[in-house]
Amino acid sequence: MSDSPAIPHGAQVEADSAHHEHPSYQRHHFVTFEQQADTTNFAMWLFLLTEIMFFGGLFTAYLIMRNWYYPAFVAASHQLNIGWGTANTAVLITSSFTMAMGVWCAETRRKAGLVLCLGLTFILGLAFLGIKSIEYHEKWEKHHIPGLHYSIKSFVDPASDPEVYKSYPQDTGLQLDMANKTELYFFLYFAMTGMHALHMIIGIAILGFMIFRARAGAYTTGHVTFVENFGLYWHFVDIIWIFLFPLLYLISRHQ
Amino acid sequence: MNQISPVLWQFLVKWLTNFALFPPEASKIAPQMDALYFFMVLVSLVGLTIVVLLIVSFSLLYSKKRHPVAVQIEGSTLLEATWTIIPLGLFLVMFVWGALLYFRIYTPPANAMNIYIVGKQWMWKAEHPGGQHEINSLHVPTGQAVQLTLISQDVFHSFSIPAFRVKREAIPGRYTTVWFEATTPGTYHLFCTQYCGTNHSQMIGDIVVMTPDDFRIWLAGSTSGNSLAQDGERLFASLSCNACHNPRADSRGPNLANVYGSRLTLSTGQTITADDAYLRQSILNPSAHNIQGYAPIMPTYQGQISEEGVIALVEYLKNLNSDYRIQQTLNTTELPAANEGSAAPAGKSPAAQGEVKP
Amino acid sequence: MSAATIVVLPDQSTARIPKMNFITRENGLLSWLLTGDHKRIATLYLISITFFFFIGGALAGLIRLELLTPQTDLVAADTYNKLFTMHGVIMIFFFLVPSVPATLGNFLIPMMVGAKDLALPKVNLLSWYLYIIAGIMAIYTMAAGGVDTGWTFTTPLSTHYLNTHVISTGLAIFVAGFSSIFTGLNFIVTIHKMRCPGMTWFRLPLFVWSNYAASILMVLGTPVLAITLVLIVLERTVGIGVFDPAKGGDPLLFQHLFWFYSHPAVYIMILPGMGVISEVVSTFSRKRVFGYTAVAFSSVAIAVFGFFVWAHHMFIMGISNYAVLVFSLLTMLVAVPSAIKIFNWAFTLYKGSITFETPMLYAFGFMGLFTIGGMTGVFLGASGTDIHLTETYFIVAHFHFVMVGGMLMAFLAGIHFWWPKWTGRMYPEKISQLAAVVTFIGFNLTFFPQFILGTLGMPRRYAAYPPEFQILNVFSTAGATILGIGYLLPVLYLTWSLKYGAIAGNNPWQATGLEWQTQSPPLTENFLEIPIMDHEAYDYEWLERMQQKEVASVG
Repeated sequence: MSDSPAIPHGAQVEADSAHHEHPSYQRHHFVTFEQQADTTNFAMWLFLLTEIMFFGGLFTAYLIMRNWYYPAFVAASHQLNIGWGTANTAVLITSSFTMAMGVWCAETRRKAGLVLCLGLTFILGLAFLGIKSIEYHEKWEKHHIPGLHYSIKSFVDPASDPEVYKSYPQDTGLQLDMANKTELYFFLYFAMTGMHALHMIIGIAILGFMIFRARAGAYTTGHVTFVENFGLYWHFVDIIWIFLFPLLYLISRHQ
Repeated sequence: MNQISPVLWQFLVKWLTNFALFPPEASKIAPQMDALYFFMVLVSLVGLTIVVLLIVSFSLLYSKKRHPVAVQIEGSTLLEATWTIIPLGLFLVMFVWGALLYFRIYTPPANAMNIYIVGKQWMWKAEHPGGQHEINSLHVPTGQAVQLTLISQDVFHSFSIPAFRVKREAIPGRYTTVWFEATTPGTYHLFCTQYCGTNHSQMIGDIVVMTPDDFRIWLAGSTSGNSLAQDGERLFASLSCNACHNPRADSRGPNLANVYGSRLTLSTGQTITADDAYLRQSILNPSAHNIQGYAPIMPTYQGQISEEGVIALVEYLKNLNSDYRIQQTLNTTELPAANEGSAAPAGKSPAAQGEVKP
Repeated sequence: MSAATIVVLPDQSTARIPKMNFITRENGLLSWLLTGDHKRIATLYLISITFFFFIGGALAGLIRLELLTPQTDLVAADTYNKLFTMHGVIMIFFFLVPSVPATLGNFLIPMMVGAKDLALPKVNLLSWYLYIIAGIMAIYTMAAGGVDTGWTFTTPLSTHYLNTHVISTGLAIFVAGFSSIFTGLNFIVTIHKMRCPGMTWFRLPLFVWSNYAASILMVLGTPVLAITLVLIVLERTVGIGVFDPAKGGDPLLFQHLFWFYSHPAVYIMILPGMGVISEVVSTFSRKRVFGYTAVAFSSVAIAVFGFFVWAHHMFIMGISNYAVLVFSLLTMLVAVPSAIKIFNWAFTLYKGSITFETPMLYAFGFMGLFTIGGMTGVFLGASGTDIHLTETYFIVAHFHFVMVGGMLMAFLAGIHFWWPKWTGRMYPEKISQLAAVVTFIGFNLTFFPQFILGTLGMPRRYAAYPPEFQILNVFSTAGATILGIGYLLPVLYLTWSLKYGAIAGNNPWQATGLEWQTQSPPLTENFLEIPIMDHEAYDYEWLERMQQKEVASVG
């Protein structure tokens, strides 16, 4: 909250004389393009802050319930495949890299590079969703989707689930009431990863739009704010996953 | 006076004789609550008067006609400090006073007589330890601290006795408590004050305060025969709790004699006091409250016992003050042989095994 | 209240509404529905929220009619439950939360900071469309049979025990929440990044400060409501039990999540109104607001502290006594900045030159009624008395005093104050003063008896009550009728003024503030050139110098 105004005094004079020379992509209510870029960037950061508050409620519920029903949450967490989770993490981090490269390409006016980077990000995003759907399908087959014929068999009798039992041979069966709490874990799992996936889908859709516009040269003529701000969004979605992965997958590996 | 229409006159008379600004004070805490309330009303009146006086006097003194040119004043740190510190001071007084009152109302004394209240859509059930059951009413004696242990069978309700100035939410899944000591015999309103569905306005009743003698008479006349603890004993036996919770050396579960009020160590290392809430939780959600040194094999009774049943069991456990008492329970039932009563496989009710005597 | 007035109107025989203004700039429905102009969007909002206000008001009327008698005789109990639920939902989410920010805020903030529009005009339009979509969903809910959870959606009642339209209402509020978030986001960005040269933070009008504080609350608090509603909807559809104790969930978790937003929500609702009061009191005493810095910082303090007091709605719900201590203390702290503001406004009158036009009457009403409402909040924040008073009509009276006696009066003050700027025409003064007085009387008659009812123990949300409470309920309903008239009058005479009101000119109130230095109604781009701010806020001496210069150059 600095005390200086948004537009320095000198710029006012220049902007006046250059009134008819502002770039075509500068909106009329902004005095300089710099102001527009600065403003939209700030707006995106603020929006991401609201997203943190949005996910915060779910994280809170998860932490509280894990504290109350620790054995159930450990057992349920063992059901998640670390391999797929790690793969997804690698995919997302790489996609953040390609996105950052895309922003650089836009800033340095490399149209082909930009299209390539956006395309790679797009594909990696789809890959993430693909892996997620494999995982979700697995949950469906094992009847671990809350509300849809949920079964606690794997938790009451771990030996009946050989895949998971192999990785966690010291798991003992849970009592009935604790086993029922695993449904809560999966509810939070689906709510959190589902909300995350929804954000990914929206991001991928916007990426598709951006590839189309990038090919027409829209972002390589100096107007890079859209790409930059979308990059922020994409990195944010990545960061949410970087919190989800340890909290859901890794946290009970050695229990 | 006789020119006023008789209807209006009747109305006025009724109103003037029944008019009240606050409910009758029928408990020990009521005058204390009212004292703080009146202090707050006073402070509010003074505050409001000051604000209104400022507005009115400044409007008159400095209206455009009388004071055509305004004097630009930036502010006054002294005044800011004054009207920050004085209100803050008053509010802090109210905070402390209110907090004292709050703690007093929600910290029952040790000698309080306990009555269980179960709320459900749309009625209140009161269970006296002696086995008296009431619906939508509650009889209490004067001069005796009474603690209410509340729970709901379905949604949030709130047990409110305006004349006593007490109120407490009845929540599904956990006990809440409140206490009072009634001072004046009479009948007072009981309201449900948490919106609970269609007949929320119908979930009302009477609190009947009686002298201790009258109360004793009422107790004697209203009992069905069994006290709550006796009901609990029957349940304890019929659900075969004694298969694991008995004083034998090889028992699979901890001995429950004198468990109420004792300090226990959970398998997580945490120590807790075995109060009503803990006892209820360990019946319905035993795996989350496992005692150190015992395997987590106790099955859950969620869905098999009603809230009244849980209350009866808790009452029984409260009165279980010796091994002899448990032995008495054991004597009234046949215990299955030691190797038969093994932990039931998940999903099967333990009452399906072993024999149960009525 | 003599004829002394500060109004200076142009010569009515020659004055005309400026031909080119934001209303005449483009014609046609699409130019309004696809506009980016913050002033047009504000106008769209004004029409929409007025519509919803009257629906909410009609529901209130039905509630008060039912409560004339102790029995449930006008409507069935279920219907009554739907009436108060929908009244709450509509009034809070579709009227109070957007009221000042979306109408006056949208209209004025760019002009007040010296910008040509808000930072993100398309997001602004999106915000209005989200509001309309949410509104349609709410109307659908009502038409389809209504919802009867109470606006607080207490679980497990709302998730497992009712079969009314909880999901559609929850989703409607979810959408309306995003409308609110985007408005707040737009304001914060605009205020940070689009102030004109010379416009430092401490030269901003206090209206901007208040809206800024409210926007912080909107942006940080509303997402939590959004996720809570998502959880409710999921619990109802899938039935997992995150709020169901039988399945290991916790209904108190819902309470914490819900009130984490809904307490800041009340500050979202009141702060912009307080901003209006600052502007009005200053203008009609011809003086800078006393203690500008204190008022500015108080707004931010209310916003910050407002996030930390939510559990005072849960004092009787079995939370730990020590948690109650903490929240009660914080509640006392959050009450102090509001008191500071009231005194600062009162002292703005000191050595001023005061006139009593309608906006000032509403402002006085605000100051008195908000004081009562705020003080009764302290009754509730001191945990002990809350035990007796919570969930009774005392609470109902408390929040209506701050919301209706406070916020709604501030809203009306603002509408009347900026009406000439918005439409180019003056409203009729005498009838509007009458309406203000009628509203004040009606309000007190309606809600003051409810304090007594609450102390006597009458619970809220009751369709039937013990007969001894009837007389006070009758007073309350009588007051509600008067109040209804008081609210109907402005709709009538303001509409009348659109055609027949006196031409206002740029600055009928002789007010400072950048918005008054442009034409009425303003141009679409507000300013032909971005202004340069070279004086403090509420600088009446600057205004005088400017006017003398004009006279000298013209005369």
